[in-house]
Amino acid sequence: MALLEVKDLHTSFFTDAGEVRAVNGVSFTLERGKILGIVGESGSGKSVTAYSIMQILAAAGKIVSGSIKLDGQELVGAGEKVMKEVRGNRISIIFQDPMTSLNPTYTIGQQLMEAIHLHTDRDKQQSWDRAVEMLRLVNVNDPEKRMKQYPHELSGGMRQRVMIAMALACEPDILIADEPTTALDVTIQAGILELMKDIQSKIGMAIIMITHDLGVVAQLCDEVIVMYAGGICEQGTADEIFYNPCHEYTKGLLRSIPTADDSGDRLEPISGTPIDLLNMPKGCPFAPRCDNAMKICMREHCEKMTINENHSAACWMNVRKAVKGE
Amino acid sequence: MSTNKTSEQPLIEVRNLKQYFNINAGFFKSIPLKAVDDISFTIREGETLGLVGESGCGKTTAGRTILHLYKPTAGEIIYRGKSIKTAKDIEEFRKKATMVFQDPYSSLDPRMTVADIIGEPLDVHHMYKSEQERRDKILELMEHVGLNSEHAARYAHEFSGGQRQRVGIARSLAVDPDFIVCDEPVSALDVSIQAQVINMFDELQSKMGLTYLFIAHDLLVVRHISDRIAVMYLGRMVELADAADIYERPLHPYSKALISAVPVPDPKVARANKRIALSGEIPSPLNAPSGCPFHTRCPYAQPRCAESMPEFKEVEKGRFVACHRTEEINS
Repeated sequence: MALLEVKDLHTSFFTDAGEVRAVNGVSFTLERGKILGIVGESGSGKSVTAYSIMQILAAAGKIVSGSIKLDGQELVGAGEKVMKEVRGNRISIIFQDPMTSLNPTYTIGQQLMEAIHLHTDRDKQQSWDRAVEMLRLVNVNDPEKRMKQYPHELSGGMRQRVMIAMALACEPDILIADEPTTALDVTIQAGILELMKDIQSKIGMAIIMITHDLGVVAQLCDEVIVMYAGGICEQGTADEIFYNPCHEYTKGLLRSIPTADDSGDRLEPISGTPIDLLNMPKGCPFAPRCDNAMKICMREHCEKMTINENHSAACWMNVRKAVKGE
Repeated sequence: MSTNKTSEQPLIEVRNLKQYFNINAGFFKSIPLKAVDDISFTIREGETLGLVGESGCGKTTAGRTILHLYKPTAGEIIYRGKSIKTAKDIEEFRKKATMVFQDPYSSLDPRMTVADIIGEPLDVHHMYKSEQERRDKILELMEHVGLNSEHAARYAHEFSGGQRQRVGIARSLAVDPDFIVCDEPVSALDVSIQAQVINMFDELQSKMGLTYLFIAHDLLVVRHISDRIAVMYLGRMVELADAADIYERPLHPYSKALISAVPVPDPKVARANKRIALSGEIPSPLNAPSGCPFHTRCPYAQPRCAESMPEFKEVEKGRFVACHRTEEINS
């Protein structure tokens, strides 16, 4: 059985301007010990998918339908009591901005120990020891001293390490990382990514890595989901997505970024602007920006199609491929 | 973008530029924060010089000081062979040198229409004779950056990030500059929009013969757009070379580490990449190490690195490195 199974998830925000369908029929499974990358632009629904799994949506947000199963246990509609057990213990999350995710008025130690104390039956001394051990695991130098320091005394990279330590303190099965390195410098980012991979292989938890940076995905992830306008365009192994992209949006994304062996040629941008979620087109949400859009793309939404056992995409272009027998 | 038109005549020459900020350290006491510490380089007409480095290395301060948005603590900025010194020089210079800012949300006045935002530099420098001329000029600028003329009466909040950045670029072009400091102009934009804006910078450069100082932290973007790249660390310039050279074969230990840390969007390359890990963290510029600022984290450091600051010298043609051990570690 898959560790996490998300099926046809729909999450909406009910605003004054109308219903914003932020997540629109997302399905995926996550196996134990895998790193899954979710990529997409702002507003593509990648973070909302994660927040739906944790059920930490803003007040206007609501899971409309769908199912989220953790080890076979249904989480949608399970109630706050169950979720309290799940959060932190089974699934934990780290956020983009390590500056604002830590409480400035408590020491690092107090915040780490709180998490440990809440979820395990360790006493104060044991919690302290565990916190120090976790800081050591995430390569924070001089952990005993750090325990007594306040967040403002630490650099951005250090704070993100503390967040990871906190997220991992209760040995969760799944770590959700929401753009964990976007606010950090490249050399610090490289260190954090290596640390995550390292800990993952040591502890064996699964990671959901949410990012807009295809470089980060290439470096870290086993499997990739590409999201656009609240839906999944394409999912597959990292190699399949990068070397055999089958959705026009994924192809466009890969063409529009400069690569390592850049020749200085013009980049090929995706035309147009990201979609307005209040005003979704009828067919494929990417069709208005797609250079190869066909009549059917404007008319009908494309269901997920299997490319091979490791790869599926929701793009009509693949049908033509099939028809032509290519 | 590599242009063949790049000439040898420097458009901008920066000589021993220093920018210190005084930080309060108690009663009547202040200590200098050396944001930019003695950097020298030239920018040729028509080229794009990329300026990279991590947060706090002084790249933004360098860009702003070159435009005299801050008064330099020491050093000279020479534009077309003439040193910028007096208030009059600065005023003239600002008609030729402008800036595009990082954040397209906070750098546009929410109470002004797009036409007024773009037209403001024209107002400031009295660059039109009639209202009609002003309006024509604004519409022409909007066309250059791919904005519709019907957008002129709208406000900034009605636009997406990419379009706002276009407004910012149109504003910077209003005075007909030949030098633009671009301070992280695409880092706030979505990936699919970034390429549109980068291409626009390229097109404007070849159409109008612009020269850019392109400040960014995304090394792949900088490499794409720049002819040459300068790397800064703790207020100092540590390496300056052709974009492809510095990327293929960095000579300074810091450039090596920085480039090895770039996440490459290619899984096979990424798996094969060996990252050069740096120990420790960037020291505070208030308390910069003695000698070479990088010696506390440098894998090649020797005692002499802590004693004296290595000279920023030309090691190969057009290639500058500030390291005592350039030859030893790269042979």
